[in-house]
Amino acid sequence: MDSRTYIGRVRGLGSAKHGGGHWIAQRTTAASNLMLTIWLVVSLLALPNFDHAVLAQWLAQPIVAVPMMLMLVSIFWHMRLGLQVLIEDYVHDQSLKFGAITLLNFYVVGGAVFGIFTVAKLAFTGAAA
Amino acid sequence: MGQETGRPLSPHLQVYRWSPQMAISIFHRATGFIMATAGMMTLLWWLSAIGGGAESYATFQKYAVTAGKDATAFQISSNWFFRLLVAAVTYSFFQHLFSGLRHLVLDMGAGYELKTNRTWAVAAFIAAFFATALVALIVASRFLGV
Repeated sequence: MDSRTYIGRVRGLGSAKHGGGHWIAQRTTAASNLMLTIWLVVSLLALPNFDHAVLAQWLAQPIVAVPMMLMLVSIFWHMRLGLQVLIEDYVHDQSLKFGAITLLNFYVVGGAVFGIFTVAKLAFTGAAA
Repeated sequence: MGQETGRPLSPHLQVYRWSPQMAISIFHRATGFIMATAGMMTLLWWLSAIGGGAESYATFQKYAVTAGKDATAFQISSNWFFRLLVAAVTYSFFQHLFSGLRHLVLDMGAGYELKTNRTWAVAAFIAAFFATALVALIVASRFLGV
């Protein structure tokens, strides 16, 4: 056991050298989220109607499936970073915080994989009616 | 750190007078949370309904869009729930977008003077309101026949 204070333990060690990564990734994914959601809206508005057959054929094209997958990665990544900060700021109990971050990880990885698989299946096996 | 120590805490939200700068920070987090939960779950349902075929898409439409003439009471309330949800997510999108853009400007070290900071916080709220109203009007006139 170390009886020194937290500050005493880290003083003089310098920074952990990865403090900027979270911050930069949050800004980068913010920019890609914006570009990809604009693409989604424009691409949807160009469709004649929103019937299932039209949407399925639309989503199965590589030109739609690829940006859709990118959008899912970008949004879920941005969510991971943003909700992590929410949890760290508002959940003060260490074990609750650990549990909440774990649930968040399950949610974002699960959600992204689920969405990407859905799009990939449609793109690779074709839009069955 | 941060465990129950019984020691006094620094002043928190309730002791401050609300300002636009404060509100926009809270709204940024709240709207992000709304989109991350309700917004993304609905998007995933929509995507998987498209992938699942015509029948599963019809189910999605029945509950999330409109159930048509022989709708059950549950389907009608579900339709209204999703209309409210889409309105909330649309507003959240614009609110989060405009306060996000404000953050990018602040990140560059600009806009920290008290008046400027306040002005852009108010502007982001107003822009989000009008952008949401515009989308609502377009949707109402084009798709709902109102």
